[in-house]
Amino acid sequence: MADDAVAEQERMRTFQAAALPHLDDVYTLARYLMRNTHDAEDAVQECFLRALRHFDSYRGPAMKPWLLAILRNVCNAEFARRGKEELPTDYATDETLAEEMPMWQEPQASPEKMIVQRQDSATIRRLVAELPEPFREAIVLREMNNLSYQEIAQVAGVPIGTVMSRLARARAMLRSAWNATENSIVRPGPAAAGTAP
Amino acid sequence: MKCDELEVLLHALIDDELDAGHAQDVETHVAGCSACAAQLASYRAMHEIMGGGALKETAPAHLRSRIEALVAAPASRVVSMREFMRPTRRWFFGGFAAGSALSAAAAASVVLTVLRNDQSQTIADEVVSAHIRSLQAGHLMDVETSDRHTVKPWFNGRVDVAPPVVDLTAESFTLLGGRLDYIDNEPVAAIVYQRRKHVINLFVARHLGAKYRRTLSESIQGYNVRHWSQDGFDLWAVSDLVGDELDEFVQKIAGGLRQPPRAS
Repeated sequence: MADDAVAEQERMRTFQAAALPHLDDVYTLARYLMRNTHDAEDAVQECFLRALRHFDSYRGPAMKPWLLAILRNVCNAEFARRGKEELPTDYATDETLAEEMPMWQEPQASPEKMIVQRQDSATIRRLVAELPEPFREAIVLREMNNLSYQEIAQVAGVPIGTVMSRLARARAMLRSAWNATENSIVRPGPAAAGTAP
Repeated sequence: MKCDELEVLLHALIDDELDAGHAQDVETHVAGCSACAAQLASYRAMHEIMGGGALKETAPAHLRSRIEALVAAPASRVVSMREFMRPTRRWFFGGFAAGSALSAAAAASVVLTVLRNDQSQTIADEVVSAHIRSLQAGHLMDVETSDRHTVKPWFNGRVDVAPPVVDLTAESFTLLGGRLDYIDNEPVAAIVYQRRKHVINLFVARHLGAKYRRTLSESIQGYNVRHWSQDGFDLWAVSDLVGDELDEFVQKIAGGLRQPPRAS
């Protein structure tokens, strides 16, 4: 019995050392998939419970994508359980708030002058949150979780070609979203970024 | 190469997923095409803003303590609150033209062969494993010295490179010594540094993964990994140092390599 207890403690320590460093990554994905803090926190907790239960069968290679794949399954199961019920979102949806924080400005008149302006991160979050699900997931796994295409393919359970088309599509949608944002800050003076020789 | 074929490749270029040859092809096209250049510039700016960390969430303190308590409890008492059914796909495809998604998918299938080899990922994992192995008692160093003139000759005949050994004592990275290690079944030189309590393994070989002009960053099992190619070497730095400090280390090493060897 004593040996079992020691082995169990060792197992818990190994799990802690391997999994806890990725808590923020797991939470980030949960936050963007569930779109509100309450559901995100429940999903993260369930994810770590499951990961702990299945840790014995974990054979690598990398801990982060493994945890994120579990988190994704937890979220999808939750969506399925709730059916068509609309999930509450606590991203800023208030129109006036949204318009007070414009996205990047990208003048369309001249491609040579296309430049992306740094804007409020709350606005970017909102636009990412508004992307349809597979595209939102792809962009968050790539940009916020910093996964490779191969890892995203593993987490989402799709071929790498699908990952690539989803990412291209996600970025194109994001780009039009900020182009469409009215009341954007007008760039001060002409800028010469993005010109071809 | 046509512009619409190129679009998916632009993203792969931004994400550092193209092999060197195809990255070159894309850059050549972009240099002569202002529309693609503008597209690349705006997508790259988006990537830099979104990947910069500002959009990453931090788990709230109360959640962190809940999870920590959870993984500290004996497993027998850990019971799931809900029974979760098998995940069901309920993808929401509203509001976008299926046509463009299909053509993007078609374009993507064409370019799969040009993606950077998975071998790099395997090597990244191996490098981290080698780092972890090295931390076990008695495994860290084969030659233990803070003198770079002792470390460098020690590798003679053991590996096929004369690995550069840079003295960074002034930058508070202490040189601990060197070790012969094996990655991808090849002998590689491991040069060991330390800052405070954090050990840094710098793996150096002629060929270790794909070549990158820019530094590639990742985090594996909680360790930070940096990979770059310079002066005919492939270099991998691994440590539990925070990312910023490891970036500083990489910069100092890269800077040290560029200096002509001093007479000593």
